[in-house]
Amino acid sequence: MFEVRIHGRGGQGVVTAAELLSVAAFHTGRYAQAFPSFGSERTGAPVVAFCRIAERPIRLREPVLRPDAIVVQDVTLLRQTDVLAGLADDGQVLVNSGRTVAELGLAGYDGRIFTVPASELARAHVGRPLPNAALLGGLAALCHLVPLAAVVEAIGQRFPGLLGTANVAAAAEAYHLVHAQLKERSHA
Amino acid sequence: MRSQIEGSRAVAETVARCRPQVVCAYPISPQTHIVEALSALVKSGRLAPCEFVNVESEFAAMSVAIGASAAGARAYTATASQGLLYMAEALYNASGLGLPIVMTVANRAIGAPINIWNDHSDAMSQRDCGWIQLYAEDNQAAADLHVLAFRLAEELSTPVMVCMDGFVLTHAVESVELPGATEVDRYLPRFQPRQLLDPDDPVTIGAMVGPEAFTEVRYLAHATQLAALARIATLATEFRATFGRPVAGLVSPYRCTDADTVVIALGSVLGTLKDTVDEMRVDGVPLGVLGLTAFRPFPAAAIAGAIGDAKRIVVLERAFAPGVGGIVTADLAAALPVAGRTVHTVVAGLGGRPVTRASLRDALTAAAAGTLGPLTFLDLDERLLRHTAKEAMA
Repeated sequence: MFEVRIHGRGGQGVVTAAELLSVAAFHTGRYAQAFPSFGSERTGAPVVAFCRIAERPIRLREPVLRPDAIVVQDVTLLRQTDVLAGLADDGQVLVNSGRTVAELGLAGYDGRIFTVPASELARAHVGRPLPNAALLGGLAALCHLVPLAAVVEAIGQRFPGLLGTANVAAAAEAYHLVHAQLKERSHA
Repeated sequence: MRSQIEGSRAVAETVARCRPQVVCAYPISPQTHIVEALSALVKSGRLAPCEFVNVESEFAAMSVAIGASAAGARAYTATASQGLLYMAEALYNASGLGLPIVMTVANRAIGAPINIWNDHSDAMSQRDCGWIQLYAEDNQAAADLHVLAFRLAEELSTPVMVCMDGFVLTHAVESVELPGATEVDRYLPRFQPRQLLDPDDPVTIGAMVGPEAFTEVRYLAHATQLAALARIATLATEFRATFGRPVAGLVSPYRCTDADTVVIALGSVLGTLKDTVDEMRVDGVPLGVLGLTAFRPFPAAAIAGAIGDAKRIVVLERAFAPGVGGIVTADLAAALPVAGRTVHTVVAGLGGRPVTRASLRDALTAAAAGTLGPLTFLDLDERLLRHTAKEAMA
């Protein structure tokens, strides 16, 4: 079972991101469970959502406590809450930021943290800084959990028309940026 | 065909396929997504001639459902928490009048203090109102039980609550095989009301009943519930034949046959519980799980059959009766010969506190070792209690 935790703020599409990831996994023939951690539903308040992906039906209902991947949709959360709590020993982290991991002071973690400027990509492609679709593209590159095509299908299904196309473009660009970072690090 | 779908949406789609004629509801978290989806379905014309009635309160929602059902319409509503409490008076009327209303309860705690999260306090507070109560383990069960509920309600002319854990199920997106429209039509015949309010043929329903017959009315209500026991089991079998997949009817036993200790629970905690039991079985602890789908009527015989001669029973309660203890435990003690058995109550997951494998493992390890007390509050925060005590002294 692969477990993902997504941190963000109300209004950033955190819950939708978990749902889309589960739909992408579903399209690849696996079982997936997405659920929010229901705290506050206010815009701007910290929000957490979870996604589990497995080859067998998922019965477990506890929150994700040992995530294999963590997505941070809002970089200011790094200072506010322990967003990296419980990260699995080989777990990976994707942070929405235009800055490098070193600039964020996250150079430790054996190089398992990556950044991608998801809000900027969304602003460029979608016209609004909604980072969730781009981050899913980046996560697809990082974890080989779901192929980009499945993420694209999930986004297109949820957001038909131009909005979907724009989000898909943001996801694809994030995918390639993370992919390039991975290559760079493997050569370093 | 399987869909990756939110639990609320799966329930709304399933209810739609049951062809309700009147849907009325007042929004309350975590039920809201269900009735939002249904109102959109009604507005789209897909459910024509179904009417969605906007009401000003839960009391009105149940009252409209009562009127609609009495006039011969298949009526549906949904609520949670304080909304269910606000309906309480009308709930007794619905069951007393024998009206086969189906209602989803998106289980949520009751305040004060206000708490929007999941436990079973709401539905369990209405355990004696004469409604049948069925609890869903996952979103597949939540969807399927609604189809069974309409059939059961209409056959017995009695209302049915389908309880699904708020947020944990209502807001979880997972794979669900939605009941096919053709199969639903085959399984669920057109509603033939037992009695009908019709201006052309006026009758009175709900007339006053005095001491000469009130006991008999209550006796018959009990008889209806007991009749439901056999009917639920049969309808579950028939469901499997029609839809090609099982639905838990009265109870769902898991690894009980050779278990020394059986854990009894209702709702979505069963999944985490089964995973925990599988892990502990690897270590040689002979545990089993018994899920109760039916809470009203209380399936005493099915429970007795499933637990066999297990020495120890742990009842995992998602609600609590202050001053007494476990609600399900009390029912169990009244229904079963408990001589020679140890029964433990573990109160867990109140007001949305997550029930984790680690905590369950601790409690069940203690149970198997014979060191678990009669009543345990899982993950009770002693530090918080001491702090509260200190504040009270200051």
